Parts: sequence; structure tokens; C-alpha cells
Amino acid sequence: MSFNSVESLLDASRDLPLWRAVLEHDCQEEGIPPEQSLSRMDALWQAMKSAVADYDPARHSASGLVGGAAARVESSPHPIVGGFVTQVIAAAMKTGECNACMRRIVAAPTAGASGVLPGVLLPYQSQYHTSDQEMVHALYAAAGFGQVIAARASISGAEGGCQAEVGSASGMAAAALVSLHGGTPEQMAHACAMALKNLLGLVCDPVAGLVEVPCVKRNVAGAMNALACAEMALAGVESAIPCDEVIDAMRSVGALLPDSLRETGRGGLAATPTALRAAQRLRGGAL
Amino acid sequence: MNIFDIMGPVMVGPSSSHTAGAARIGRLTRALLGEVPVRAEILLHGSFSATGRGHGTDRALAAGLLGMTADDPRLPQSLVLAREVGLEVTFGSVTLPHAHPNTAVLTVTGLSGRTVTVTAASLGGGRVQVTRVDDLEVSFSGDLPTLLLRNRDRPGIVAEAAHLLSAHGVNIATLHLRREGRGGLAAMVIESDQPIPEELLQALNTTDGIVSVRYLDPEGGV
Ligand code: SF4
Repeated sequence: MSFNSVESLLDASRDLPLWRAVLEHDCQEEGIPPEQSLSRMDALWQAMKSAVADYDPARHSASGLVGGAAARVESSPHPIVGGFVTQVIAAAMKTGECNACMRRIVAAPTAGASGVLPGVLLPYQSQYHTSDQEMVHALYAAAGFGQVIAARASISGAEGGCQAEVGSASGMAAAALVSLHGGTPEQMAHACAMALKNLLGLVCDPVAGLVEVPCVKRNVAGAMNALACAEMALAGVESAIPCDEVIDAMRSVGALLPDSLRETGRGGLAATPTALRAAQRLRGGAL
Repeated sequence: MNIFDIMGPVMVGPSSSHTAGAARIGRLTRALLGEVPVRAEILLHGSFSATGRGHGTDRALAAGLLGMTADDPRLPQSLVLAREVGLEVTFGSVTLPHAHPNTAVLTVTGLSGRTVTVTAASLGGGRVQVTRVDDLEVSFSGDLPTLLLRNRDRPGIVAEAAHLLSAHGVNIATLHLRREGRGGLAAMVIESDQPIPEELLQALNTTDGIVSVRYLDPEGGV
């Protein structure tokens, strides 16, 4: 059995780092040696980096709705914040745009939300000169929380709305940042809980049913939210509602969402006049 | 779910269900055909049909038929590559009663003229389920080595097949039986923990009462 509560995950991390508990638990389950698991995770980390390195602003998605935005953010003549935060925005967008343009990305936990983790982790590595090994360890921390979310709620937009995709990714990324920055397992849980709470109820309403609008920019929201929640947790701010209860709330909110707001492309932004016109235009060329 | 169901796979975007899962369906179909395909007629149902082109479902299915995996960077060019290697692919729509919204029906012909029709659904996260092979209703993921046996419905045949497997050191993970009527034709779907060696396939093929054998090797390339 994988971890099905944050409480059990924290219990398993009493005497060893949380990432290590996740690694060992999974190796036992799968009957594989830790080196094999670590090299698999390292391959994912390298693929996250390649996706961002491979970004080309000239590329556009199938619908033509996505492309070139991250480059615009990076070369903005008059940014408000700049520096690390602008890098987070750009890295999340680059991955999201690469995904929409049929480039190679890492589903984390899904393709739609693939920009959130690299969005915070790549800028973190260049800011703090962390080793690849430490980055890989942070991915285990993220996966540990992701596992609990998948077990208690869902990581699929069709099941739980976008709170389950970008929301989950944001919670995982917040935990990963706390892990990287030397926080405790409890602080990781608070960061994850706060990140999930902030995106609770987020609907899945992709225009024309495609993973393009609003998905790419929601990855930015997920990454920025993760950053803020990790910062709060590291400062000692706690979530008033424990992480497990937040995840359970996410599940019940997901169940209450109507079909039209769960990846069917029939509600929310997908039902706006502009989206309907875009869908109509695309259908001309549909299969 | 293990941690690599949460983290990963590495895949060509944009959708784990509409792109990565579709590539896997194509690849499993090629494996079930057991040879190089030269012609494929692909019918898309539900959401696959409605948003398939925007998600590259068509290209992902063709890429899988060419033997590519979901992370193959050539995936977006698969329709051109198919033409180059002499695989003719056509697409259409179909409405299947009670089918999963992301379902495809692939009728594929190989170099030798052999054909197979596979219906499969993409369940999300790149995971898939094969629901029909030719006229046989099935349910398997293709994660494990899978045998599809057609046999005459007579006493002892299941035991004989099971015995052959164990004699070759192959452990049965799941076994499903189906029959069309007493004494008529029946089918066995066997998922195993070990790959099926060639001589075991031969032995099954020549067993009295076994009419046809199809084998899906998830690791095997054709
Ligand atoms: S809006 Fe829907 S398709 Fe887009 S990222 Fe969110 S869950 Fe995925």
C-alpha cells in the first residue's frame, strides 16, 4: 500500500528524511533496489530541465491559441518583480507551452499541470546552486504528498476539476520547496495543505477541450501559489486545517462539481462566446 | 499507485489520456498483430473523436502503430513517417454504446495479410485498457504478457493450457474464461508474470482443441 494519509507519511519520517521514507517505502512495494528508483527519478528531473531548455517561442499549438508567451515575460521591458519570481513565471509557462505544442514534458502529476513543479524547482536550483541529487530528493517529497492526494482524492481533472491537477501539483511543489529549503516534514504538510486550500474549487474548463487555455497560465498560478505557501510554512505559519482533512475536502468538492466543469469543455471559460467561436473554428478541421 | 504513477511519465504533450494513452493503444495493437502493419483503419469514439485532432490523438495512435512510445520526439511527425514506411492510415468517427469516452477501434493489416481489430480505452495518466480483440470481449491493460487463446469447449482444456504454462516456468497472474455456448468455442485470456517463450507458443498452437493463439508481449518490439 502506498501512503494514504499525510499522518502516516509524517510517522514514517520520524527517524529519516521524508524523501527517504517515500523512496524506501516505494522500493519495498515494487521490489526494486533504491538505486534503480533514484536513477528513474533522476531521468524525470533531467527531462524537466530539457523541456524548459528546449523551449522555442516561435512554436504554436494546434489551435494557435498558445505560444511565445514565456519569452514575452522574460523580456518584459518593465517588470514589477523580476528576478527569481519572473523566472518562476517563465519556467512554468515554458513547460506548459511545450506541452501544448506537442514537445516532450514530464506529467507531474498530469500533462496539463506539468509546468508547476519545474516552474519552482528550476529557478530554485539556479538561485541556490543545489545539486541535481538534492533536486531529485525533493521530487520524492513531492511524490509522497502526491500519492496521498491520489489515494484520498484525485489527480485527474475529469474526476476532480483543476484543483485536482494544478491544485495537486501546487501542493506537491510547495512540499518540495520546503524540503529543499531545510524545513521539517510538518512544515511540508502545512505548505501542501495551504497550497491545496488556496486552489480549492478550481474548475476544469479547457477551451475547445484542449490542454491550452486556461491550462498554461494556471500552471503559473500553481507555481506562484506553491512559492508563497512554502515561504509561509518555512516562516512557521500553519494551516488551521490539517493536510489530510484538506485533501478530503478537495475530494468532496470535486464530487460536487458538475460534469460541465470536469474536463468536458462545456462549462466555465469553455462556454464563453470567444471560446465557443474558437471551438467552432477548430471543428472545421476536426477528425 | 506507485510514485512513478504520480511523477511521470516523460511524454510528448499535450494530454496524458489523449496523447500518451493513444500512443500506447497504437503500440499494443501492433504487438497484438505481431508483425509490421501496412494498413490501419482507425475509428475514434467520444472525446477522442471530438477533440482528438487538437490533442494529436491521431498522430499518437499512428506513432504507436509504428512502434513508438509516448515519449518519442518523432511522435508529432508520425503521419508523415507512416507514409514513408508504407503504412496507410485512415481515420473516422464511430459511436459505441456504453464505451469509455476515450475509446478507439483499430483494424490493422500486417505485411503477411494477417489482420486484427482492437478496441481500447485510454483511462487517464497514460494507462489503457483493451476491451475487445476481434470478436472477443476482453479486459486487460497490456502491462503484463497476455495470451489470448481460442479453444474448443471441452473438458480438461484449461488444465492442459495451465499445465503447459507451468511446465515452462510461467506463472499465471490472471485467467479469464469465456464461452459462446456449451460445447462450442471458448476463449481464455491469460496474463502472466513472465514472458511467454517461443516454444511455449508453438506448444499451445499445436495443442488439440486450441484453435488460435495471440500473444501480447509488452516489452517486445516487432
Ligand atoms: S483546466 Fe483542466 S485540462 Fe487544463 S490543466 Fe486544469 S485540469 Fe488540466
